[in-house]
Amino acid sequence: MRKSLRFLPLAAGLVVVAVLPRVLYPPVALDIVCWALFAVAVDLLLGYTGLLSFGHAAFWGTSAYTAGLVAEHTGAPFPLAVLAGAAAAAVLAVPVGYLSVRRTGIYFAMVTLAFAQLMYVVANQWRGLTGGENGLQDVPRTLFGTHPFGTDLSDPYYFYYWMLPLALLGFLAAWRIVHSPFGRVLVAIRDNPARARALGYPVHRYKLVAFVLSAALAGLAGGLFAMSHQFVTLDTLHWTTSGQAVVMVVLGGIGTLWGAPVAAAILVRLQDILSLAHFEEVGLLTGGVFVVVVLLFRRGIWGTVAALLRRWRIG
Amino acid sequence: MAAAMMSVRGLSRDFRGFRAVDRVDLDIARDSVHALVGPNGAGKTTLFNLLTGFLTPTAGRVELDGRDITGLPPERIAGLGVARSFQITSLFPQLSAVEQVELALQGHSGRGMAFWRSRRTMRRYREPAMRVLEQVGLEDVAAVPGQELAYGRKRALELALALALHPRVLLLDEPTAGMGLEDIDRTVELIERVRRDRTVVMVEHNMSVVGRLADRVTVLTAGRVLVEGGYDEVRADPRVIDAYLGTGHAAR
Ligand SMILES: Nc1ncnc2c1ncn2[C@@H]1O[C@H](COP(=O)(O)OP(=O)(O)O)[C@@H](O)[C@H]1O
Ligand SMILES: [Mg+2]
Repeated sequence: MRKSLRFLPLAAGLVVVAVLPRVLYPPVALDIVCWALFAVAVDLLLGYTGLLSFGHAAFWGTSAYTAGLVAEHTGAPFPLAVLAGAAAAAVLAVPVGYLSVRRTGIYFAMVTLAFAQLMYVVANQWRGLTGGENGLQDVPRTLFGTHPFGTDLSDPYYFYYWMLPLALLGFLAAWRIVHSPFGRVLVAIRDNPARARALGYPVHRYKLVAFVLSAALAGLAGGLFAMSHQFVTLDTLHWTTSGQAVVMVVLGGIGTLWGAPVAAAILVRLQDILSLAHFEEVGLLTGGVFVVVVLLFRRGIWGTVAALLRRWRIG
Repeated sequence: MAAAMMSVRGLSRDFRGFRAVDRVDLDIARDSVHALVGPNGAGKTTLFNLLTGFLTPTAGRVELDGRDITGLPPERIAGLGVARSFQITSLFPQLSAVEQVELALQGHSGRGMAFWRSRRTMRRYREPAMRVLEQVGLEDVAAVPGQELAYGRKRALELALALALHPRVLLLDEPTAGMGLEDIDRTVELIERVRRDRTVVMVEHNMSVVGRLADRVTVLTAGRVLVEGGYDEVRADPRVIDAYLGTGHAAR
């Protein structure tokens, strides 16, 4: 009974991602998957390492541009372009992480934000490469040509199922990291860094590896996002992009792994409904939802539901 | 005289102009139990932090078995075989007792970096971890999260985490603080057992514990070494009585 319940969220999650583009407008389904993976990457740091990054747009955006440029200039199949983006994000994370993991709390958030702002400025200035304010347009999307197995890759509905394995690989990686010996050490460092050091764990090195892994996953998500939209804009590097991912994690439940995707689905869908209704102040509303959840449900959506389920099972 | 296991020369540490440890010289003989005593604020914990790399000295030098370890980070010093316990219990609140000991056993293997492996691979440490828990009498609460343990149990786990490192040098900061008589006896017996082929430095306020365990005693006041010697010698020293009871008492 208990064991089967453990796999319930997994089964439910797989069903949801399998039917998502059938019940929602496919581009929205694509956005949900990309943002969910991005938020999970941020949760890996915030929830399991205790580091609040306010600059993860740097990795999402760098990967989006890299993937877009690789696809545009080499005509590489989209999974290769996306992996190149994720690799670029990971490489960028090494110096950024090296210079930031020695800080904690708000100072860490500020250093990461500063790096992301720097990337934004660089992308804005380097028009020849990034297209400046126009961004990258008409990014090609191919996989063994444009019609693998007779499916039209330019159709978001089909593209969704072609990109899904790559996204699921990302979620699987996050799950594995959290449930590994490394994940156990991260939680120990989060809860008591001094004791972890006394036990011989080089805390900064662990945090750096966690940072790079998180950036790689954020990059995977950003690359998929670029391929989903077939264009890349400066927004991918904007600080509000970092903020949105953090909001999703807090809303969903910090350190729950499942909460961030749920919150991502709710927020992306909400923003879609509001923009269809020509409601301009989307930020105001998500901000409002955020404040309410933080005040009423401190454990976030997933934490609250899990606590209720536990009580219901015991009671 | 045989070379000291740990030796300290001219060790000082300032906190914004306030000198918490002041030109301390200290030799810890190999395989001895060395007690550090002194009133609150004497600088005992600060000295421990300097020995274990949690603080860097303002001046002076720390040697481990003839090797200069001044300024090394705590994880390196731990890797060289120096384990410490904390005066204020310092555990992992969410992990069970046995999981915490497993973490300690894994500490210097490098296996903690394996982010691609299942956490189940840590099971290799389950049995040795249970043996460490048995040593400190915690086997019956092996599955209880750190935050739910009773105070005495937390102190025992504090000790277990240090012991799990199989250190050459064991630094214990007030291991019996806040314990009842029964737990104190247990802890003294435990230290008696684990001191074999091991060097122990302990901060201890309970003089009967010091008397039972210590080969040598150093008295610290205001960051300085006041007296050093055998237990009886130190206990009878008028300067020590003075330091503990205040000026005037020694004369009575
Ligand atoms: N991190 C610190 N910052 C400022 N002062 C400190 C710090 N740590 C210790 N002190 C001061 O140093 C002195 C010695 O403290 P401590 O080593 O904890 O003494 P003991 O362990 O002997 O009771 C005290 O006066 C204490 O207030
Ligand atoms: Mg102290």
